[in-house]
Amino acid sequence: MPELTKSKVTLVIRGGSVVGPEGLARADVAVGDGVVLEVAEAIDTPKGATVLDAGGCLVGPGLVDLHTHLRQPGREEAETVETGARAAALGGYTAIVAMPNTEPPIDSAGVVREILDLAAGAAAEVAVAGAITLGRAGTALAPLGELAALGVTLFTDDGSGVQDGALMRRALDYAKGLGVTLAQHCEDACLAAGGAMHEGAWSSRLGIPGVPAAAEEAMVARDIALVRLTGSRLHFLHLSTAGSVELVRRAKAEGLPVTAEAAPHHMLLTHAAVAGYDPVFKVNPPLRTDEDVAAVVAGLCDGTIDAVATDHAPHAPEAKDVTFDQAPPGMLGLQTALPIAWDVLGPRLGPGRVFALMSAQPAAIARLTSTDPRVGGHSAHGGPVEAGAAANLCVFDPAGTTVVDPRRLASRSRNTPYAGQAFAGAVRHTVLRGEPVVIDAVAQR
Amino acid sequence: MNGPHLLSVADLGRDGIAEVLRVAEAFAEVERRSIPKVPTLRGKVVATLFFEESTRTRLSFETAAKRLSADVLSLAVASSSVKKGESLRDTVETVEAMGIDAVIIRHSSAGAPHQVARWVERAHVVNAGDGWHEHPTQALLDCFTVRQVLAERKGASPEELGIGCFDGLRVLIVGDIRHSRVARSEMLAYTALGARVTLAAPGSLLPPSLEGWPVEVANDFDEALADADVVSLLRLQAERGSGSFVPSLREYTAGWGLTARRMARLRDDAIVTHPGPMVRGVEIASDVADLPRTVVTQQVANGVAVRMAILFLLLGGEAPGVSEVPAVA
Repeated sequence: MPELTKSKVTLVIRGGSVVGPEGLARADVAVGDGVVLEVAEAIDTPKGATVLDAGGCLVGPGLVDLHTHLRQPGREEAETVETGARAAALGGYTAIVAMPNTEPPIDSAGVVREILDLAAGAAAEVAVAGAITLGRAGTALAPLGELAALGVTLFTDDGSGVQDGALMRRALDYAKGLGVTLAQHCEDACLAAGGAMHEGAWSSRLGIPGVPAAAEEAMVARDIALVRLTGSRLHFLHLSTAGSVELVRRAKAEGLPVTAEAAPHHMLLTHAAVAGYDPVFKVNPPLRTDEDVAAVVAGLCDGTIDAVATDHAPHAPEAKDVTFDQAPPGMLGLQTALPIAWDVLGPRLGPGRVFALMSAQPAAIARLTSTDPRVGGHSAHGGPVEAGAAANLCVFDPAGTTVVDPRRLASRSRNTPYAGQAFAGAVRHTVLRGEPVVIDAVAQR
Repeated sequence: MNGPHLLSVADLGRDGIAEVLRVAEAFAEVERRSIPKVPTLRGKVVATLFFEESTRTRLSFETAAKRLSADVLSLAVASSSVKKGESLRDTVETVEAMGIDAVIIRHSSAGAPHQVARWVERAHVVNAGDGWHEHPTQALLDCFTVRQVLAERKGASPEELGIGCFDGLRVLIVGDIRHSRVARSEMLAYTALGARVTLAAPGSLLPPSLEGWPVEVANDFDEALADADVVSLLRLQAERGSGSFVPSLREYTAGWGLTARRMARLRDDAIVTHPGPMVRGVEIASDVADLPRTVVTQQVANGVAVRMAILFLLLGGEAPGVSEVPAVA
């Protein structure tokens, strides 16, 4: 290592196992000037450099969340860019994509700029997803080109799907020339109308109006047909049913340019959790059956589903302290995603593929893999952890424990469905552009 | 009873239902006295919180509480702070802070009583109907009424019949089962007591899934009628939009109404129940509603005794005055 480079080292992550495509390799990681300078078995620590102990830990690329609701502007009582980014950092994330269902929604350059301004200096980088339609009202296209010029690469009306097939087709056609990706929250509004949980044995027993799996699958099927028609790229948000996973599997086999994500809660929880009518278990898409959970996990394992995405959806306590049918859907996810993925997927896939599902692949879908040189632009995410790469890193301790205490989460809200639970594995450090933003599970920003 | 609340018939189980029916018989005797009142719950305060319209259930609970000498507070939602935006939780906590012993709640949201039960500190919660979910006291009074009729016919007392009279009893529940809390509670109660429950409804008014329910669905309504010991008719809940689940009321009545023609298919000893309010001419023909085998007014009368039993079992415990309840077997 040349002396010149060595003098720039400001941070050494010592004693961990670096997660790479070829498996784990015991190595120290030297960081300076926001980039990884060296990955080697034993690196001397220059005077003044910070040392992060990573003994027994995995050192992987910082995680990337394709699906975060930051609630700002408009619902600051539930979350802000600052608190959401802090929760992200504590969860091992270095980049999150902010969903556009804010108030007002992200359908204009002004709101995009506001969020990017708020995100300056946050504990994680924030990319902004724009709305497909004006006001997310599903009737007219939002200014996709204007937002694309500001660096927006992902567009969705998340919270609802674009119901009008002709409008969705037009959006796909229009997006093609912009080099952006549309993402769909697949839910047929007529089939889902009034529903508050998965329609099935539990909804029938509990007397809660249900949302049939067909409400999701009908739109997945329609949109696959539209991708076939337009040749445009489409990302499927939070797949939750066995039928949806199978539809996407066949679309990929056909060679269509589709990608998909799944949320940790759809890998772990079922509609049986609603038995006590606790609105913390209300989420959209709803918690489904054991078979659906198994299909989502199988889809993550066989490559049908490309990314684990949190659908982190904070709601203020008073909003959730109402009857089940009246509560808004959504649950916190940023600080529990990696331990859950490690628990469910780790034994089947190993660390390399778990990190791929949570970092490299989502980074590719959101086009965050290379640096955006524009003012306020982001650094590169998704790894690999090697010399020359941006120093966005997640240090995860598989021997640690994540105990979920709603009052101690960084989010402004407490609507975690995992209160009181303990998961094996814990995020220990997070490094953002070379700066440690989380040290020993304590946020530094 | 198991536990401090009555949220679902499932909270009771077979033995719990038997106990309620037994205690209700004792209170039915009280009701036949010239002064139908006992001091059992003197000093206790019972609040009725009805967030949804009701005539008979509310009156029935309030009458039951008064006959047990409890003080009754009745929250009229239309003129309460709920209209000012107060949350259900704050309303319940406010009411409990006034020293309420029992909260009787009806709400249009399924599960509302379960949440109220989590929020209260010491009050007992009774579900008086929650959304499409359950209406436990209605199902209990239906069972009580059926047993009463069976006992009268045998010239025996209901206590002598015990709950054995439900073994193998063929119960046919007809109508808007999908949106009916009465149907869900009846399914739980009758099946817990050993009855064989069959459902008859147009496909659009059946629950989306019957997985886990020990019930059958009738292929042919007319055939099922001929086989039934008890026919439980439900109201088509037009005010909840159930009307759009069938092409027209006329078609519903033709297919699923208990018309005079269908009545002829019933066995002579079959009992017809209806939780009320009846919509004559839709699910039941007026002539049929007025036949002696249609026990609707008897159900209403028994509602008070059954609700007295529920309040007594939840609130009475070892409290003073228990010994004054006569002849609890």
